[in-house]
Amino acid sequence: MASQKFAGAVREAASVALVALLLAIPLVGFRLVDGLRGLTIDTRFDWVAWGVSAVFLGRLAIALSGTTRRLLPDLKSVGAALSNLPGGLSRFAGGAMLIGALLLPIVPFADRYVVEIAITVLIYVMLGWGLNIVVGLAGLLDLGYVAFYAVGAYSYALLSINFGWSFWLCLPVAGLLAAAFGVMLGFPVLRLRGDYLAIVTLGFGEMIRIILLNWKDFSGGPNGISSIPRPDFFGFPFARTAEEGQTTFHQLFGLEFSPMHRIVFLYYLILILAMLTNLFTLRMRRLPLGRAWEALREDEIACRALGINPTMIKLSAFALGAMFGGFAGAFFATRQGFISPESFSFIESAVILAIVVLGGMGSQIGVVIAAAFLILVPEFLRDFSQYRMVLFGMAMVLIMLWRPQGLVSHRSPSARLGGHA
Amino acid sequence: MSLLTVEHLTIRFGGLVAIDDVSFAADDRRITAIIGPNGAGKTTVFNCLTGFYKPDVGRMCVAADGQEWLLERMEGFRIARDAGIARTFQNIRLFPKMTVLENLLVAQHKALQRASLFSLAGLVGAKSFRLAEQAAIARARSWLERCSLVHVADDEAGSLPYGAQRRLEIARAMCTGPRILCLDEPAAGLNPAESVELAALVRSIRDYEKIAVLLIEHDMSVVMEISDQIIVLDHGRKIAQGTPDEIRANPDVIRAYLGTDEEAAVSR
Ligand SMILES: Nc1ncnc2c1ncn2[C@@H]1O[C@H](COP(=O)(O)OP(=O)(O)O)[C@@H](O)[C@H]1O
Ligand SMILES: [Mg+2]
Repeated sequence: MASQKFAGAVREAASVALVALLLAIPLVGFRLVDGLRGLTIDTRFDWVAWGVSAVFLGRLAIALSGTTRRLLPDLKSVGAALSNLPGGLSRFAGGAMLIGALLLPIVPFADRYVVEIAITVLIYVMLGWGLNIVVGLAGLLDLGYVAFYAVGAYSYALLSINFGWSFWLCLPVAGLLAAAFGVMLGFPVLRLRGDYLAIVTLGFGEMIRIILLNWKDFSGGPNGISSIPRPDFFGFPFARTAEEGQTTFHQLFGLEFSPMHRIVFLYYLILILAMLTNLFTLRMRRLPLGRAWEALREDEIACRALGINPTMIKLSAFALGAMFGGFAGAFFATRQGFISPESFSFIESAVILAIVVLGGMGSQIGVVIAAAFLILVPEFLRDFSQYRMVLFGMAMVLIMLWRPQGLVSHRSPSARLGGHA
Repeated sequence: MSLLTVEHLTIRFGGLVAIDDVSFAADDRRITAIIGPNGAGKTTVFNCLTGFYKPDVGRMCVAADGQEWLLERMEGFRIARDAGIARTFQNIRLFPKMTVLENLLVAQHKALQRASLFSLAGLVGAKSFRLAEQAAIARARSWLERCSLVHVADDEAGSLPYGAQRRLEIARAMCTGPRILCLDEPAAGLNPAESVELAALVRSIRDYEKIAVLLIEHDMSVVMEISDQIIVLDHGRKIAQGTPDEIRANPDVIRAYLGTDEEAAVSR
């Protein structure tokens, strides 16, 4: 019995070591050296040997002690407890987070850096919530969500620069334009599901980016658009000195000028926009359209048999999800003051999708936790410079092992027989 | 004129003629059973009626309230929504992650969507919408009671035992307020006690709702007991039609079933 277990452990360790060997030979075994006689290739097979032996012994130790098996169930039960939070508790957690978010700019340690990062997190929370409508509720795997973010950003940039429209006028227009693009994407993909849908949406996202990159007269091409008007406080600009006939924000309130004013304003602006997205989604879930989104995710054929028009349901999900992406894009443009196609690459779509999946498809609070995690962890890991992405990847792998269904997989019903949900 | 008239229905899949010139009619307050060996084309008839397949030849007409709907020209969801044909599936198709009650509310999409003014009134929480929602929940509750599912109303549909899922699918179909209810092997996989309960449910639907029931069923005891009219299909062709007594005595039917397990059941 014991010897059998040992043999199994050795076999397992050997197979893991083999994988390590195959990876290590090209990655570690060879090195380009910039020497006197140009580039030469140096080998370091001793490193490979050390690394592979370490992997073998480490894996053998783990297999023999059976730690993984003991460790994982523990983590799993924690996860289960987390996901089975009763509705009341998760509402409490949500409320606590909201209060924390409202107070953040006031707390003493919140310097410019902290608030700026919080703004970035909130942008991703909003994008995650927007995409959650499409992916989490309607179950339509969308890998090109960043396209709508781009449409929103360029809408604001171009409208405000060319026509001098204010942010508050541009915001709904940017949302509507993004929604129109959502419908445009929706039509050709109506018949597609799953992987096929993912591929086409991915292509759509890239198309928008490449058009922006190449249509120089319209979008400035790779140089992007700069000096986009910054937001003002309902007509009162955040500036040190007022232009003719204008009152600045700090004059209005009799404050000392501080660049923080604008940043805090931006912070609350994105907080409000994100909360609007959240409230909208929570509300929609209890309306027939929102329920139809979820039903569509569960079984499209059954929807059809119940007299629900899948076309309308899908298009509405694409349009509304895209609309919030457009809002977020307009905010992004006014915050940055500069946009270029680089900000809207595929990796952004991937991060937003990762936020939704990691958070637990369809979970609003999961999106917040996942967005905070995905934005903050790389930020904190800056000190580890070159290992940053390795650690980040490891963290993702561990989470997916631990909670394959996402951080918060609890789904609260949209109606209850006894009374209100 | 009958509520549902099917004439010369024919559909081919490649070389296979799955349904070959089948005609029949069904009336409200009647149970019309469709029986036949496996692969006879029963489910395909339902798929044509509900718009999942487009027949190659034939006319399918629903006539009610002074209106007529030609099903072969309509999209599937319109058949369910406008002509009022609801169905269940041979391999149950619920919304498994949604609760039992939510399943029944999705079925009332048409009325609720209209009451919510395509979400606008719903978003602002208008009173008219809340009333409509309460009405929808009340309707769902009454069907849950009739299908003895009230105690699991807030459970995930996918977590229910098999028999309860079958009943829920019927309740969901009924919540659409159909004129015609198509049940595809509702007793498959049920134990004898559950089969009896199910037969009682189907009969009560016939007796108390003004709808036509089309029933595909292999359990001959259920079919013979509750059907008003039986249509027998074999290799896509209609080989017999009549009351249970007529079907039991029909030599063609006995021949079609000869050599299969169901022979004994039919002649019983
Ligand atoms: N979509 C399809 N494509 C090809 N053949 C089909 C299709 N649907 C049904 N058939 C064939 O039609 C015949 C009738 O099937 P069906 O209606 O499911 O039989 P049953 O009477 O058992 O419900 C079978 O031979 C089946 O293989
Ligand atoms: Mg069948």
